[in-house]
Amino acid sequence: MEKLNRILQNEQPAEVRRSNFEEVCSGYTLEQVTAEANRCLGCKNPQCMKGCPVGVNIPRFITEVKNGNLDKASVYLKMDNNLPSICGRVCPQEQQCEKYCVRNKIDEAVCIGGIERFVGDYALAQKSKKLDVEKNGRRVAIVGSGPAGLSCASELARAGFEVTVFEAFHKLGGVLSYGIPEFRLPKRLVKAEISKFEELGVKFELDTVIGKTIYVEELLEEYDAVFLGTGAGLPKFMNISGENLNGVCSANEYLTRVNLMGAYLENSDTPVVTGKKVVVVGAGNVAMDTCRTALRLGGEVHLVYRRSREEMPARNAEILHAEEEGINFNLLTNPVEIVGENGKVTGVKCVKMELGEPDESGRRRPVEIKGSEFILDCDQVIMALGTSPNPLIKKSLDSLECSNRGTIIINENGETSIENVFAGGDAVTGSATVIKAMGAGKLASKSIIERFK
Amino acid sequence: MFELLSVNELSTNVKEYVFKAEKVVRHAKPGQFVILRVDEEGERVPFTLCDMDKEAGTITLLIQTIGASTMKLAKLKAGDKIADIVGPLGNPTDLLFANKILLVSGGIGGAVTYPQVKFLASQNKIVDNIMGARTKELLIYKDNFDKYSRHNYVMTDDGSYGEKGFVTQKLEELLKVEDYDVVFAVGPLRMMQAVCNVTKQFGVKTIVSMNSIMVDGTGMCGGCRLTVGGETKYACVDGPEFDGHLVDFDEAISRSGIYREQEQNHICRLTGKR
Repeated sequence: MEKLNRILQNEQPAEVRRSNFEEVCSGYTLEQVTAEANRCLGCKNPQCMKGCPVGVNIPRFITEVKNGNLDKASVYLKMDNNLPSICGRVCPQEQQCEKYCVRNKIDEAVCIGGIERFVGDYALAQKSKKLDVEKNGRRVAIVGSGPAGLSCASELARAGFEVTVFEAFHKLGGVLSYGIPEFRLPKRLVKAEISKFEELGVKFELDTVIGKTIYVEELLEEYDAVFLGTGAGLPKFMNISGENLNGVCSANEYLTRVNLMGAYLENSDTPVVTGKKVVVVGAGNVAMDTCRTALRLGGEVHLVYRRSREEMPARNAEILHAEEEGINFNLLTNPVEIVGENGKVTGVKCVKMELGEPDESGRRRPVEIKGSEFILDCDQVIMALGTSPNPLIKKSLDSLECSNRGTIIINENGETSIENVFAGGDAVTGSATVIKAMGAGKLASKSIIERFK
Repeated sequence: MFELLSVNELSTNVKEYVFKAEKVVRHAKPGQFVILRVDEEGERVPFTLCDMDKEAGTITLLIQTIGASTMKLAKLKAGDKIADIVGPLGNPTDLLFANKILLVSGGIGGAVTYPQVKFLASQNKIVDNIMGARTKELLIYKDNFDKYSRHNYVMTDDGSYGEKGFVTQKLEELLKVEDYDVVFAVGPLRMMQAVCNVTKQFGVKTIVSMNSIMVDGTGMCGGCRLTVGGETKYACVDGPEFDGHLVDFDEAISRSGIYREQEQNHICRLTGKR
């Protein structure tokens, strides 16, 4: 077969975007998306679908793009995925659908994410038709308005349930609002996607911390079922000396100030400090987001990661974008102590690492090289080491079984140890991805529909 | 939106705000706090519940006008609305294990000790109170403390009311003759530290309320972390109250200044001190 390389999505040049918060990638034009869709072989036995946590029928919507029928493409896509314009932007496609694309054997995978994004944006721009769903008289309370909760809510609303989503913050979207920066996921999109839920009849209650403002037991008196999509909000620290010095914070705090509170905007009252020289510890998507945010706020940014480039868990695109923008990668390097003067950070004492035998995760275990300690000077350290589930609900609900890592335990139907209380997303798995959380929300919605139909 | 029902100026810098917040008040207990946001550009700022009325569905907050958000608040009139109030957050105070209690407050710290004196009096506990301020004009809720405590000792730095001196002087005096089960101290960090230094000498258990900088108030940001007995704790979910003899005050004082440069005069902390 003839080789035909994938069409790259349009992007702001690195030297321009590194100083603004506008979206880095502007996606495809209609002409480009059609050409890219035409690269799809339309396999009879599509491998790509194996990689999708929500089981999007990928060839079906891409075929409609090829045919120039975007209305139909968006209907098909939205049947399987409620947040396509978000997933098209933030899914790690190279580890999912695109990983299995048959074209990998010929040239390069079809840019499924880019096509999904285009169709998702198209769908958002259309006036949605009012969905006439017969109400079944059943009520479900969803706790958390992040990807897991939203996906569960929309499936249930479409099936005729009366759904109320409770959110602790003053804004909806969970990690989509507080975690992922504007330059990667514009907040107007999150708002627009959520407003489609409102059209479905989903109700939202802000400023409500379940476990504090309202207890789960109270929800069970009013609702037939409860879904806990409370995410993994607790930041991890390294437990090394110096972590409470001024100038050390969690990526959660840094990003929440910037994204949720808009601290980078002039009219925001919320302060954020960005150092002259910033060290970010970690190598996941959150670490990349943190590096690139700090860069945009004027810092010289150094990423520190104990393993090598190959093991970095972030999406490929984010790693590439970060590199292009001038983030300095200090790989095979591990912080052992944060040093400071007068209560303020002055540097990170690091040790060089080398890769040894594979560990339980299958990745080669990093081992310290003796005597290789050095000080990386800096005036800010941001820890992006992952997060664990928030124990607030568990604290108010003894009978909710959790693992020793604090994750909620569920059965194969997504139900917890409490009858009619379901859970999914990062609250169950620990920090993972938007799309996996959506898959979990969808699974729980199926069980709820099955039980109460 | 949350309606401001009344606002009452207690001193030049301190106002008493009563908000309608039915959802917040239902499960609220003394010692817990709320986070509020004045408007769309506003910060999330924590304030301890000073009083509440479950039947009326209202909460009372004492707020010192000290920075951007509190200045915005100070401009509001009864009938105006603010964007958000979320809570109750943090753990309630539990002093019921004690029978004889000494409360110590500095400045607007009285906003936190007041719900305690009121509650403990209703539980027939013996409660003495020491309240301190720079000057007479800054004494807040004096009559209320007079009403609910067995003895209310008033200290002013300039001697313009009560006795001249710091709360720690009166504290030392009292600890020599009284046997309190617990001391509960709330105020500026240096004042709480000084109180703990005195009570340590007398071996009296001391609880302090930490008013750290925070964003979400649910354990998410980690901004409010402090060291207690060598362990890192979050003021929002583990506190806000801690054993004062175990708190690393020097670190807390240093951390309280993280945003000082940026905020200039704006400090988003419960008691609004600096």
